[in-house]
Amino acid sequence: MSAVSHGHDHDHDHQAVPSDLTLRVKALESLLTEKGLVDSKALDALVDKYEHKVGPRNGAQVVARAWSDPAYKQRLLEDATAAIAELGYGGAQGEHMVVVENTPRIHNLIVCTLCSCYPWSVLGLPPVWYKSAPYRSRAVMDPRGVLREFGMELPEETEIRVWDSTAELRYLVLPERPDGSETLDENELAALVTRDAMIGVAKVARP
Amino acid sequence: MNGVHDMGGMHGLGRVEYEPNEPVFHAAWEGRVLAMNLATSAWRKWNLDTFRHQIEQIAASDYLRMSYYEKWFTALTERLVLSGLATRAEVEGGKPALGSAKATPPLTADQVSNILRSGALASRDVAIDPRFQPGQRVRTRNMHPTGHTRLPRYARDKHGTVDRDHGVYVFPDTAASSGDEKPQHVYSIRFAAPELWGEQASPRDAVYIDLWDDYLEPA
Repeated sequence: MSAVSHGHDHDHDHQAVPSDLTLRVKALESLLTEKGLVDSKALDALVDKYEHKVGPRNGAQVVARAWSDPAYKQRLLEDATAAIAELGYGGAQGEHMVVVENTPRIHNLIVCTLCSCYPWSVLGLPPVWYKSAPYRSRAVMDPRGVLREFGMELPEETEIRVWDSTAELRYLVLPERPDGSETLDENELAALVTRDAMIGVAKVARP
Repeated sequence: MNGVHDMGGMHGLGRVEYEPNEPVFHAAWEGRVLAMNLATSAWRKWNLDTFRHQIEQIAASDYLRMSYYEKWFTALTERLVLSGLATRAEVEGGKPALGSAKATPPLTADQVSNILRSGALASRDVAIDPRFQPGQRVRTRNMHPTGHTRLPRYARDKHGTVDRDHGVYVFPDTAASSGDEKPQHVYSIRFAAPELWGEQASPRDAVYIDLWDDYLEPA
């Protein structure tokens, strides 16, 4: 019992432990299955999709193609949804895509201050920090401070563009191609590209 | 609504905590919550905006304490009851009411790939003239609706420039409350950082926000 006991049982304040939530989620799934509202095999398929198939490797392929093929890059910046579909990616939470390009002068950063909007079709489900209060509250007001916490110091003269995903457009950053990657093929390039670089909280490191 | 979910520009919420090699789900129940949300949405009893507004209605202290998927779980439970797909007694007891009919799930495992691949378009193919053009100066409305809106507080009553016109989309403010889609243009508006945050912000920096026609006035 805590030091501020008021002389009655406080156990009811401390029930939101993870095991309780595990049980409540199980109970809801069994209810929905018994009522015929969901098919548990469909749930398995959905989990499998996001755990194993849809993720940042998709986005990395898009970036690598844009680095390798100037005509593709142009299509990507003009109509990202169509250009990404050329590589077979699209659909849920990537229906309306916009790609923004980092240059030596401009750095782009993606956030959703109101909830957790994120381009699932090319990056998968968002990491916890992206959905967290610290990132959502500060990325728009203090992008340089936030980037510093990610270990990234941008020069004063760099223009930072923060994209707040308030509507159904989903954003992907096209990072700068690193020096020393000139001889790499598309698959080798894709292996360099990280999720964080496509959100705008990191640069792509030299190979 | 001016809720705690509308966090842009708040202080005191701490440093960003980064987890290297983060798993997609931190526990199996998180994946089940995500999947139940996607699978029940196939009943089309609510839309994305209704669901977002449901999350926003979680009490502020709970919103800040709960993990992401706990918020989804809470909002899903509420939607199930409010939509009539389940009763309060059923979601609390975990058992179907005696004698209730068994439904047929609208989403089966073999449909999952196709459903995710096609997604759900929020754009609408209707001919509506845009009220604003790229390059035009605009001012956001000073509005404080108690319902759902996607105009963040930090960007109200501010001047910006239309960067591009994204086309015509469902309007979340009405879609969340009545289901009325009220399709209209969405524009990317560029706000110079000092317009939003004052002199402490770099005049080089900018925030781009996607905003609907109804949020904007000519400047």
